[in-house]
Amino acid sequence: MIRVVLPVHLRVLAGVPGELTLELGPGATLRALLDAIEASYPMLRGTIRDQVTQRRRDLVRFFACARDLSNEPPDHPLPDLVLAGTEPFFIVGAIAGG
Amino acid sequence: MSSVRLLVGTRKGAFTLTSEGNRKKWEVNGPLFGGWEIYHLKGSPVDPNRIYASQSSGWFGQMIQRSDDGGRTWKAVGNKFAYDGVPGTHQWYDGTPHPWEFKRVWHLEPSLTDPETVYAGVEDAALFRSSDGGLSWTELSGLRSHGSGPRWQPGAGGMCLHTILLDPGDPQRIFVAISAAGVFRTDDGGRTWRPINRGLRSEYIPDPTAEVGHCVHRIAMHRSRPQVLFMQKHWDVMRSDDAGENWREISGNLPSDFGFPIEVHAHEPETVYVVPIKSDAEHYPPEGKLRVYRSRAGGNEWEALAKGLPQRDCYVNVLRDAMTVDSLDSCGVYFGTTGGQVYASADAGDSWSAIVHDLPAVVSVEAQTLP
Repeated sequence: MIRVVLPVHLRVLAGVPGELTLELGPGATLRALLDAIEASYPMLRGTIRDQVTQRRRDLVRFFACARDLSNEPPDHPLPDLVLAGTEPFFIVGAIAGG
Repeated sequence: MSSVRLLVGTRKGAFTLTSEGNRKKWEVNGPLFGGWEIYHLKGSPVDPNRIYASQSSGWFGQMIQRSDDGGRTWKAVGNKFAYDGVPGTHQWYDGTPHPWEFKRVWHLEPSLTDPETVYAGVEDAALFRSSDGGLSWTELSGLRSHGSGPRWQPGAGGMCLHTILLDPGDPQRIFVAISAAGVFRTDDGGRTWRPINRGLRSEYIPDPTAEVGHCVHRIAMHRSRPQVLFMQKHWDVMRSDDAGENWREISGNLPSDFGFPIEVHAHEPETVYVVPIKSDAEHYPPEGKLRVYRSRAGGNEWEALAKGLPQRDCYVNVLRDAMTVDSLDSCGVYFGTTGGQVYASADAGDSWSAIVHDLPAVVSVEAQTLP
């Protein structure tokens, strides 16, 4: 079970009060995680990554296990502790713009 | 008994303001979509319970929300705005080619006949249509590909398609306005387009009478007379009597002919409203006095409407989609300001009062007249 923490605006949009939990197979990648989020919560399509280019939106970043994973290749496996559900995967809106 | 519902888009959410037909006491509901920029909301003319809203964020992009119960509940619908084919380039601020990139939806225009059909004007400038209630969107790409697109250039607010006028007498005819390209018209339902900017003069561009490149801020029509168009340009208030083929200036005695909104009275096709601001560099009312100007002669002769509006130390602006009218008798006129006030007049502009004072900066105001 993977735990995902969304920024507040996306939690409201998705109608989830706390963490998301998703079941993904061993060795799941960032791309698979985002695919699963968008499949379970279609209203989040386009809010984390562009629907046409599939690129992460500029002011959204990814963190887990005290690491910035924002620029990791999308087909790299997620950290083991995230895959095990021990550590959450954070999707963060950049602190910018006031 | 009739009533009025105002749909107000702000920098930090949407609000609905409702009143009985006497328009004396208003109920304020909101914010909806708190914290998001709501560029525009608009209801279907044939089903006022069907409302579309453009919700956007610099962080999380574009959402389209739809209500089927008059704004009580909302559902996120389709938000994939993909340009048709290879998008190509337009001009950047410095004149270099710049690829078309979708940024946000500025304006939603529901069909006059079908609640499931709605048009979206977007930045970077393009027109999209949905025929399934906003679930999916298709670009009417003939607008960008008719030939002048590579010469379009953004205005200070971005290169946005901000006005969509559907001709009530001819379902094949649509007018759109783009900053800073100008006005365009289709006569075949959106397949082909051409610029209609003859008569516009813009001293701030290399060729002041160019076919495209004019910073049109808004256009408006009265539904009984769709061949007559009124325009608030970057500078100049203009009029066309031949569906945009030719334009002439009607700024007349306005204290400034710079502004953003322009609107037409619901029952008097020659009665027009503008809100002059001081200049392109100073986006606030002249002399710190907030005044709507009304012409009952279709332009040139304007009277200041100030009763109930602040007449000292007022330095707000009224954005292009932030003025509207209802269809009651007498005609109600409404506008919202960047200072968060929404003003209402139940007597066609003769007198005004603030419905609310302290909303976030108002981006758009639309009125629904309900039975």
